[in-house]
Amino acid sequence: MTKQITDFQLVAKQDFGKSVLLQLRSETPLPDIQPGQFAQVRVDGSPTTYLRRPISIHNVDFQQNEITLLVQKVGEGTRHLAASNVGDLVNMVLPLGNGFTLPEKGENALLVGGGIGIAPLYYFAKVLNDKGVKPTLLLGGKTETDLLRLADYQQLGATFVTTEDGSLGEKGIVTMHSVCQQRQFDKIYVCGPKRMMKAVAKLAAERGVWCEVSLENLMACGLGACLCCVEDTVDGNVCVCKEGPVFNTRRLKW
Amino acid sequence: MTIDLGRGLVLRNPVMTASGTFGYGEEYADFVDLSRLGGIIVKGTTLHPREGNPYPRMAETPSGMLNCVGLQNKGVQYFIDTIYPRIKGFDTNVLLNLSGSTLEDYVKGAEMVDALDKIPAIELNVSCPNVKQGGMAFGVTCAGISQVVSEVRKVYHKHLMVKLSPNVTNIAEIALAAEASGADSVSLINTLMGMAIDAEKRKPKLSVITGGLSGACVKPVALRMVWQVAKAVKIPVVGLGGISNATDAVEFLLAGASAIEIGTANFINPAVSVKVAEGIKDYSERHGFERVADLTGVLEC
Repeated sequence: MTKQITDFQLVAKQDFGKSVLLQLRSETPLPDIQPGQFAQVRVDGSPTTYLRRPISIHNVDFQQNEITLLVQKVGEGTRHLAASNVGDLVNMVLPLGNGFTLPEKGENALLVGGGIGIAPLYYFAKVLNDKGVKPTLLLGGKTETDLLRLADYQQLGATFVTTEDGSLGEKGIVTMHSVCQQRQFDKIYVCGPKRMMKAVAKLAAERGVWCEVSLENLMACGLGACLCCVEDTVDGNVCVCKEGPVFNTRRLKW
Repeated sequence: MTIDLGRGLVLRNPVMTASGTFGYGEEYADFVDLSRLGGIIVKGTTLHPREGNPYPRMAETPSGMLNCVGLQNKGVQYFIDTIYPRIKGFDTNVLLNLSGSTLEDYVKGAEMVDALDKIPAIELNVSCPNVKQGGMAFGVTCAGISQVVSEVRKVYHKHLMVKLSPNVTNIAEIALAAEASGADSVSLINTLMGMAIDAEKRKPKLSVITGGLSGACVKPVALRMVWQVAKAVKIPVVGLGGISNATDAVEFLLAGASAIEIGTANFINPAVSVKVAEGIKDYSERHGFERVADLTGVLEC
């Protein structure tokens, strides 16, 4: 899979307050991109932002050469990126890391997203749909407004929701949700806050269910060169950017 | 564009990539034609494997970053068995950055690397700030650097480049000690010791509290040190520290460097090294320098 450094033009933008959806178009054809891979996005014009920001790929349109990012405004870098205007150029290095392992035909897949961690699951669910697999989605947030593009997710599979304040769906956290408690899955995929991923991983381990999680350790290069974003695994410290960001939980020392 | 650093180390152009910022070259294969670089200096390697420091190892700072990786590597033997066969065919100079905790480790490591045909030089790392009994203990005193360089010199027969720490009072003295002990060249600067704090959490941002500062913010310090060292020693000086574009690189050459290394800038633009090499060539032509080597030390002051 060839990685490239490409200038994309921001062609559309939708602001959700805490996050923003950026639709970015390249003049050149996109490389092959697997669900779960990410881009290193350069943030121009922000004096306090020196390094690129690793951001998961929310959607890909190969016909239009378009990539969509769902960006949460966390710090100066992401806030600045979110303030980009339609027409601005955004430079990205992509695709980086390894994506999710696709389920076998006939397997039951549960995709669990928490907060902004729902972002890569959209493209993942779309690819699964293209392959004739309807996944089950379980999306969690602190409150109703954390759950973005819900109607779009619902198109891609049975979608269940939890919020910690009970403003939408079942009240609580994803591991307490009835779909997690009552139904059996062959493969579980998780992206969200570490505490949530650990809780789902524990539940999966207790039931002997295969589970992959997507980590987002602080990183600098995104290419496996600087060794900053390491996660402690059964194979020692490995780079999340290069060997992840998706890991089978058996490999992690959780 | 050719630069002769002595004892068989001849660079196609003055641009190399700095250790720890370019992996083993393979990580950048999609972005950089290695045959257009003077050389690559591969990840700091120690005689015995090291797991490095715990996460978090990185903190972004204004125009730079701190790291406390702590020389994570699988050891010299692993390098020889597994990595060397993959990279020895690269059409560029592949230098190994060698570090250690004891004098014996440096000597044994250098002996082993001496046997590798396609590694024309070692960059001796006596300046890693992130390891407890790390190389920096050797690199901050004249006695320490004399000891490690002269012992390695006895067993290592190819080009010996010594990477200097900026965390000293007088870097020219240290460079002179390295030269007198048999170094063929010196490279500088390694990272500056620094620290970052998360005020909200009242905790350090790095797992081991302090780390090494790199990136554009260190360039003025690096440039000053290269200038001081180049005036003091007769061996070639390799300049690094915050070089992000060709103009930065030219400044180091004018200050007295014979070649330069690109470090943290590789993270921001993975293709920057080749661009810098092209830009240096353009500068030389524009200013009527027949050879890039003629740029070294021609600062007018």
